[in-house]
This record gives sequence, C-alpha cells and structure tokens, in this order.
Amino acid sequence: MFGVQGRVVAGITLRATIGRKRALLFALAPLVLVLVTVALKLAHPERASWPVDILGVFGLTVVLPLTALIIGTSVLGAEIDDGSIVHLLATPVSRTVVIGVKYAVACVLTMIFAAIPILVAGLIATGGATRLAVGVFVGALAGSVMYNAVFVMISAVTTRAIAWGLLYALIWEGVLGNLVAGARLLSVGQYSLGIANSIARDPSLNAALGLSTAVVAGVLVTAATLVIAVSRLASFSLKGEPA
Amino acid sequence: MSTIELSNVSRWYGNVVAINDITMTIGPGVTGLLGPNGAGKSTLLHLAAGFLAPSRGKLTVAGAASWHNPGIYRVVGLVPERDSVYSFLTGEAFVRATAQLHKLPDPEAATRRAIGIVEMADAQDRRISTYSKGMRQRIKVAAALVHDPPILLLDEPFNGMDPRQRLHMMDLLHRLGEQGRTILFSSHILEEVERLSGTIQVIVAGRLAASGDFRAIRRLMTSRPHVFLVRTSDDRRLGASLIGRPAVTGVELTGRGLQVRAADYGAFSRELAVLARDQGIRLRELLPADESLESVFTYLVET
Repeated sequence: MFGVQGRVVAGITLRATIGRKRALLFALAPLVLVLVTVALKLAHPERASWPVDILGVFGLTVVLPLTALIIGTSVLGAEIDDGSIVHLLATPVSRTVVIGVKYAVACVLTMIFAAIPILVAGLIATGGATRLAVGVFVGALAGSVMYNAVFVMISAVTTRAIAWGLLYALIWEGVLGNLVAGARLLSVGQYSLGIANSIARDPSLNAALGLSTAVVAGVLVTAATLVIAVSRLASFSLKGEPA
Repeated sequence: MSTIELSNVSRWYGNVVAINDITMTIGPGVTGLLGPNGAGKSTLLHLAAGFLAPSRGKLTVAGAASWHNPGIYRVVGLVPERDSVYSFLTGEAFVRATAQLHKLPDPEAATRRAIGIVEMADAQDRRISTYSKGMRQRIKVAAALVHDPPILLLDEPFNGMDPRQRLHMMDLLHRLGEQGRTILFSSHILEEVERLSGTIQVIVAGRLAASGDFRAIRRLMTSRPHVFLVRTSDDRRLGASLIGRPAVTGVELTGRGLQVRAADYGAFSRELAVLARDQGIRLRELLPADESLESVFTYLVET
C-alpha cells in the first residue's frame, strides 16, 4: 500500500510508536485483561454473569478505547510534539499517504494490543468460540478502526491530543453516553457495542444501537475524521520564534 | 528559476505582527538573514518553506506558491532549527528515508552523495541519538540536500556549534552557493553573516531594515553615532574640550564618568587620546556603551 513512501512512513511510525515509554502502557492493559479473566475463571468456573462484564465493560469500553487512545495519538502526535514531522513533511509525499499509513499502523497495533487480547480473554472466559467471544472480538476490531480515526484526527487538530482524547473517551462516551441518549448516536464505543451485540445477542452488553445504525454511523465518523486529519496536516504550520 | 520572491508579505498572529510588509527577491548565492532574536527571521523562513501561510502578500519559491504545495519540496531543501530528528535511526537510514520519500530513482547513491557532501561517512552507521549538535546539524543538511535541490533554507544553522563545526558548516554553505544554488540562512550573529554571505537582508521587528551588499551595510553600521563612557582624571575639563570637536555631538557628565556621543567613530577614537595628552588629563577607562547588536539594529530601523 502507498509504495515506497508508504513503507518509509510506516517503518518510522512503527519505530517511533513502539520505541516510546508509553508503549509499556498499551502492552500492559491487555495483559491485565487476560490475567483478570484467568483469575475470575479459576475463582468462578461456572458463574455465567461475569464474562459479559469483563469482556463488554472492561474489554470493550476500557481497554479498547485507552489502548486506541495511546496508540492513535502517538502515531502522528509524537512526531508533531517533538517537531520531527517537519522532516517528513518537507518532502513531496502526499499528506493523504502520511495520514493513511499512520492510521493503518495505529489500527493494526490496536488490533494486536486490544482486539486480540479481548478475543483471548473471550475464549478463556466462555470456554471457546462462543457467540459472546466472537461478538466482542468483532466489535473490538471495528472499534480499533473507528477509535483510531478519531484519535489521529484529534492529534492533527490539537497538541493536547491525550487530554482531548481522554475527555472524549471518559466524559463524552463514559458519562454523557450513559445519561443522554443522543450522545450514544455519536459515540464510537456504542458503535462497537452495537456491532458486538449483533453477534453476541446478549442484553447484558447494554448495546443501545442496532447493527445497521452502528455500521453506517461508524463509517461516516471514520471517513469524516480522516478527511479532517488530512486537511489539518496539509495546513501544518511551524510557530515562529517567540516574539 | 531558483529564486525566492516576496512581495508585500505580512504575517501576524492575532495582534502580534511577526513580518511586516516585506518585499525582497533572493537569488542564487548565499544570502544571510540577519536580525536579533524575535525579529521574524524564523517566520520568514517558515513562510518560504511552506510551513506558514502569509496573512497578506504573495510569496513564491521557484515560481510557485509554497503554502499548501508539497510539490515545492522537489526544488527546496529545508534545515529546520529544532534539533528534532528521528534519533532512533542511524544517520544513513535517516538520509536514505528522506531519499525514498522523494522517490529518487537511486536512493542509495543519492544518500552516499549527500553524506559525502557533509563529510559524515565515518559516523553514518551510528544512531543519531549518539551525535553531537554539530553532527546532527550536518546530517540534517545531508537530508535536505539528498534530492540535490537548487534552493536550500537553513534556520539558525550555526546555533550550538563549536567554532570548528561552525567553520566547517560555513565552508560547506559557501561551496553550495558557489555551485549556483540559492542558499538562505538565518542568524542573529553579525560575524557569521559577514563571513559567509555576499548579500544580507537585515530584519528588525518584522521589517526589512537593510538589504544588499554586506560591505555597504557594514559601513552603515560603523558610521552610526556611537556612545562611549570615558573615565578620566578630570572629566569636566575633558568634556569641555570634547564638545568643541566636530566628531562629537554630545557630552554628558554622569556619576560614572563622561558619556560621549560621537558622530564619527574613527575620528573620535583618534582625537580622544591626542586631546587628553595635550591637556595633561589621564584617561582611566573607555567603554563603548551601546555595542550590542540590538542597538546596531535599532539604528538601522531608525534610518
């Protein structure tokens, strides 16, 4: 994808993202998820209610957005923060390629560090490839794609990407999403839950949206945020010396 | 073809004007952008490099607007001031990555050539994080030169370099200019610009204060009024005779000594010693009171 320029951008992005101390955070969260699942499985081998909580609440609404937040704001934001993005942008490489490749890297990393651990936890918790395990996995894959578009956009728009990203994930999705029905319609977390529930069909997941609404809204939000990200990067400006 | 043209370019941030109605043409050879810190040199370079939109006016590089036009990087190389490179890469990998981003037909050969120009072949396989400031600067120049651009922009390229590295970089820029490239660099240090560039553009407080051949500007700078502080065995008597000299335009008795304003720097320094000796006055101290670069710049703006 995107030829030699794309490979260079991908290579640099991968090394810059994995090589940071923050990488420990997104490596740790899935580990916690799997360990907690194993512990619960050992403690309550037969109880049927906890797998939905650990997979749906902890996996889909905590581990997934936080992992995507750290990765999605790192792939572009790290280079903007330290200024090294200038070396990339001072070449004729298309800004669409830059955003496209960085976004793709973020999606793949999030799938590895959040979606796959969620699948592993699901297999352990439910004892096999159950509807719930497959559902949350598919929801997590879709969530990886949608969350990263939002977080890459946020890091193209503001230098305080982590703060705004947290605000979005915690306040908008966490608090407002639970209180105001309208907020659910603009919540990537709800799209993921809707998609997960279309397979899992478990009322305890508390999915507010149906499959078609979730998919259509998810595609629209993803496309719109990526378009904004490209246009913001095309207008990337260097601050002058402090006057 | 390889010229940078600004016509009536202004750039402001809110109420702060960083660049104020500048018109200039920069052609082949080395041009120094001189001015005190905060004068707008970086802003001007960022505008030329396509990393800032002009608020007003027109700016073209090699005939094309640089803002929103990544195509200009085929003919422009940029060495930014910030020392932020991909420090986890080796020098060679960084330059080669840049060559590949330019889609050069033979990135390996271009990388070798660029690293050769900055004489970094010995250190090219080390990680950039192990480089000294001067080496980082050179590898940044190599990356900016990898596609052999006719225009090279450098923001404070000598900052933080030791004298040897500085000479090396000056030599390099000089050679690149001789090859017919358009080299534009910024500096707040008079001597750097003087040694390197035939043409200079002096920027003060966002305005183009002086422009042209360095010798002419140097003359302008030395012929400005100078203020000296003189301490002697008899300040009042010396002051009385100094005010009679045409080279002196003002004398003031202060608690710290005699403050003398001289219109002609050369004549004043010759006459002072003679005058003092003739009257038997002992000179204890002679200090230039306003030799800072800022005062030189301020003078240029006022004329």
